[in-house]
Amino acid sequence: MVQPILQIENLHKKFKDVEVLKGVDLSLETGDVVSIIGSSGSGKTTLLRCVNMLEEFHQGRILIDGEEIGYSGPRHKARKESEIARQRAMTGMVFQQFNLFPHMTALRNVTLGLTKVKKMPAEEANAIAGKWLARVGMSDRCDHHPGQLSGGQQQRVAIARAVAMNPKVMLFDEVTSALDPELVNEVLNVIKDLANEGMTMLLVTHEMKFAFEVSDRVVFMNQGRIEEEGPPEELFRKPKSQRLAEFLKSSKF
Amino acid sequence: MVEPGTFLYELWVSRWAILDGFGTTVLVSMLAIVLGTILGTLVGLVLVYGGWVSRFLVRIYVDFVRGTPVFVLVLASFYLLSQIGIQLTAFQAGLFALVVFCSTHVGENLRGALQSLPRGQTEAAKAIGLTFPQIFVYVLAPQALRQALPAWINTATEMVKASTLLSVIGVAELLLVSRQIISRNFMSLEFYFFAGLIYFLIDYAIERAGKAVERRVALPS
Repeated sequence: MVQPILQIENLHKKFKDVEVLKGVDLSLETGDVVSIIGSSGSGKTTLLRCVNMLEEFHQGRILIDGEEIGYSGPRHKARKESEIARQRAMTGMVFQQFNLFPHMTALRNVTLGLTKVKKMPAEEANAIAGKWLARVGMSDRCDHHPGQLSGGQQQRVAIARAVAMNPKVMLFDEVTSALDPELVNEVLNVIKDLANEGMTMLLVTHEMKFAFEVSDRVVFMNQGRIEEEGPPEELFRKPKSQRLAEFLKSSKF
Repeated sequence: MVEPGTFLYELWVSRWAILDGFGTTVLVSMLAIVLGTILGTLVGLVLVYGGWVSRFLVRIYVDFVRGTPVFVLVLASFYLLSQIGIQLTAFQAGLFALVVFCSTHVGENLRGALQSLPRGQTEAAKAIGLTFPQIFVYVLAPQALRQALPAWINTATEMVKASTLLSVIGVAELLLVSRQIISRNFMSLEFYFFAGLIYFLIDYAIERAGKAVERRVALPS
């Protein structure tokens, strides 16, 4: 069996006394595109943030390319900050609110990680950043600051910033939720292109049609657990659980 | 030429004294701003990133100083410090009071600017693998400093005005010099007005320079 690139085992996460993840297991092989759907509060965004160590978790393991993320050993000992920083660079994350650095040009947003984390010389970093900005259709906006870009353009730069780091897994957290409807497709198309090229992706999304089209597998989360998981045709056409059926009925799919 | 007994004549006669006072005002204000900003930066950093003990102590310091009139601070550092065996000249004591005062304003201001940055900035920086010092230097500080700049300029002008309080402990700054001149020639209206004009010009210059810097570092949108 191929070793999964991302493996989540029995993940538990509490906010104070509320358990938001109640034992989640999920694994992705290289090239997999997996969408997580579910109503708000189901824990899907939290799950994604745990993979990038933006949230701590209390039990379970996350392995990327066989390496345990954030913690080590059976006693769940937290790793050092510098170690966690290095591990975070193994995944790329795109946020709902873009979170571009407003004081930097689009190009500098992308090169920052390359020069400071990967310690690349500026020339090499600029070349890679330029290539990725071209891929997301932002070549002519390299010197613009985020404040001069539309939401869709900002999100495309944010995608370039994340993929330029050459992560093993890309994480997308409701990346079109903050966009005006007419800007959604330009972002989704970029993601689709990357998916078709074999990039491994874990997405949290409310765009059911998009999830249906782009995913190899879809995961339905409900109350901190994975309720149902399978190929999009099965999940969307023949939901097994009643909760998923209700969820699909109430969403626009 | 200028007749004795006129304002211009008196001004000319006391030109060196006034220049001295002006120099002292500028020097003490500048030192207070520079040293207060350095100390205030530490105060701000502790308030945001310090452990709870250091945060608690610095919080008390800030609230105590900000709750005290600068005038009282000046008197206290001149009269009380010598009581506990710290012998300072009037200039040093006054400067000390202004630095303390300035540091609390700069500290609070910086704390506010840092805490107002969206959490997403730190998260995005973490996500690309930056360590905390890198996040601070490349992502947080440049944004926080831009945000803190207008209030900092305001604090700088406040420091120039607060430096007049040093006249009560005998520092021969512009206001005290003006009062000495007035006690000689009784032209209180003219010389107070003149001193006021100088203070206005100093603060106006700071304000204009600050605005120029603000424009330079403004982000295009």
